[in-house]
Amino acid sequence: MSGARRLETRIRSAASEGRIALMPYVIAGHPTLDGFARTLLQVANEADVVEVGLPFTDPTADGPVIAEAARKALAGGANLDHALGAVKEARAASEACFVLMSYLNPLLARGAERVCKELVEAGFDGLIVPDLPLEESLELREPADASGLALIQLVTPLTPTERIAKLSAATRGFLYAVTRKGTTGARAEAESIHAYLDRVGSVCGLPICAGFGLREPDQVQALLGHAHGAVVGTALVERLSAGEDPRPFLQEFRGPGCNSQ
Amino acid sequence: MIEKQGQRTNPPVNEWPDANGRYGSFGGTYVPEILIPALARLQQAVDERLHEPLFQAKLQAEASCWIGRPTPLTPARRLGERWGGELWLKREDQAHTGAHKINNALGQALLARSMGVRRIVAETGAGQHGVATAAACARLGLPCTVYMGSIDVARQAPNVARMQLFGAEVHSVESGDATLRAAIDEALRDWSHDPEGTYYLLGSAVGPHPYPYLVRELQSVIGLEARAQLYEASGRLPDKVVACVGGGSNAIGLFHAFRNDEGVELHGIEAGGRGMAMGEHGSTLTRGSTGVLHGTKSYLLQDSEGQIMETHSISAGLDYPGVGPEHAYLLESGRARYHSASDEEALAALAECAKTEGILPALESAHAFAGARRLAEENPGELILIGCSGRGDKDLGILMQANGGPGA
Repeated sequence: MSGARRLETRIRSAASEGRIALMPYVIAGHPTLDGFARTLLQVANEADVVEVGLPFTDPTADGPVIAEAARKALAGGANLDHALGAVKEARAASEACFVLMSYLNPLLARGAERVCKELVEAGFDGLIVPDLPLEESLELREPADASGLALIQLVTPLTPTERIAKLSAATRGFLYAVTRKGTTGARAEAESIHAYLDRVGSVCGLPICAGFGLREPDQVQALLGHAHGAVVGTALVERLSAGEDPRPFLQEFRGPGCNSQ
Repeated sequence: MIEKQGQRTNPPVNEWPDANGRYGSFGGTYVPEILIPALARLQQAVDERLHEPLFQAKLQAEASCWIGRPTPLTPARRLGERWGGELWLKREDQAHTGAHKINNALGQALLARSMGVRRIVAETGAGQHGVATAAACARLGLPCTVYMGSIDVARQAPNVARMQLFGAEVHSVESGDATLRAAIDEALRDWSHDPEGTYYLLGSAVGPHPYPYLVRELQSVIGLEARAQLYEASGRLPDKVVACVGGGSNAIGLFHAFRNDEGVELHGIEAGGRGMAMGEHGSTLTRGSTGVLHGTKSYLLQDSEGQIMETHSISAGLDYPGVGPEHAYLLESGRARYHSASDEEALAALAECAKTEGILPALESAHAFAGARRLAEENPGELILIGCSGRGDKDLGILMQANGGPGA
């Protein structure tokens, strides 16, 4: 089964259980190089899809928490080979899907074809490249499609609906909907996020996963009916940076309904 | 020497970038999706207004009465005698706020105002672009925030004070390498938080399309003036045009008017720093490789994993691991050549220029002088046009330190 198909199936099966697919984000080599494999497996066992961030020296799409954690991981020796090795182990021991989030330059340094092949071999199902818009993506999209690796597109609240439709047609596995955190109250924010996600849903046939600024279990629960999955990034990275066990935190997101059934 | 006859007609229309913002295989728009609509709006403003007569009239009026254009072209006779060439200096150090940066800052600020934005953000390395942006924003009544690496804040303190006097908010950036590159990272983050109301006033010919094009168009006044002035004064075109290259805006601005003059060699001089070991220099084109950083595909200083390397230069403005995509194209196409000059060579050339011509170039510009010196010594008697991109007053602290303390 291709990565794209696996991702779609996994996320849809969460929906059929009446819950939001949980997509935790971890940074390769964080909190420590040696401890990462264990952290990854702990997180994978609580997750539907694990997003593994490859640290980059210039993470312009990330906020200060993730940027600082990535800096530490790089200083500790994190790199692509290490991430591939850790995912290979975790994939063998868990049911979760794995997606790499990497800025473009480290991927180009490895070579577009080679990196797609190596990612698939390690057990990655998909790839998210935050600084690669659709128009520039051909050199990566072709080898990704050829090797069955899902190149996942992102949309934002500022993306015109016409463009969302174009990105929905191009994405594989699921569509990543960036939900920017506004400055207004939580309720008003949730309402505008719902309207945005519904706009995305009206033109997208694949599952929609929301991310950026989701910190609390009730925020994620509130997405039911509007999105199929939710990325929890910064809030998890903060806990890992503090040396906490990620499992109790992630279990809160699975919701009482899921645990009691 | 090559005599140039009948070269006063305007060069043909721009060949690059193509419709996709590409210079050969370089350039492009490598940004997060959140910035795509903002870049589309910028593209539209550039297409509709940049070359529109009313906008150009406004820009040229301000360039004349506020920047002080045209800047002089100065024969450097005593320096030329020492180095063995006929040297002419294009004096961007005489532009308002002390460097070529103001040409771009004013043009983009005018464009931003016409787009109805609420505020301007900018990055700065040496502080010259920050000062120019702060001044242009003051002149046009636009709120301005400048990001500057904390190392640069420390080594260019007078420029921080100037920005603040012009009413700009200056943010010292502690993250990353705490120089120009970290400042760009941070300015991009700021822009990503409010792409609709904020205009990112990028200071060099780098970044996603259409910035490298926009900056080149606004800086090409340097070469257009110099070409006409030199022809007027000497009846010919230069054998060589020499400019320093960090991101490369003054160099592309100087080179552009000469790109179709076949007999004119174009030479860019990068920061050789303390030596050619990785991390000790900023020689992106001479020592780097292809990659993507800050929205564009170009040459980069990177390791085998694609991680961006730290750089060093005595001049903050050249302390950058990337370079504008058009320079990468000029290198690959062979139209321009790139060399590097060390900290030491730059300091020596600066001292010679100051003593023989009564002109104190910026440390960045001093690299162009150092490169010109080598080229003049290798090719005696040639006519060399040197881009004096800025003045060295901002560098007095570093210069006094390099000379062994105040008064040494």
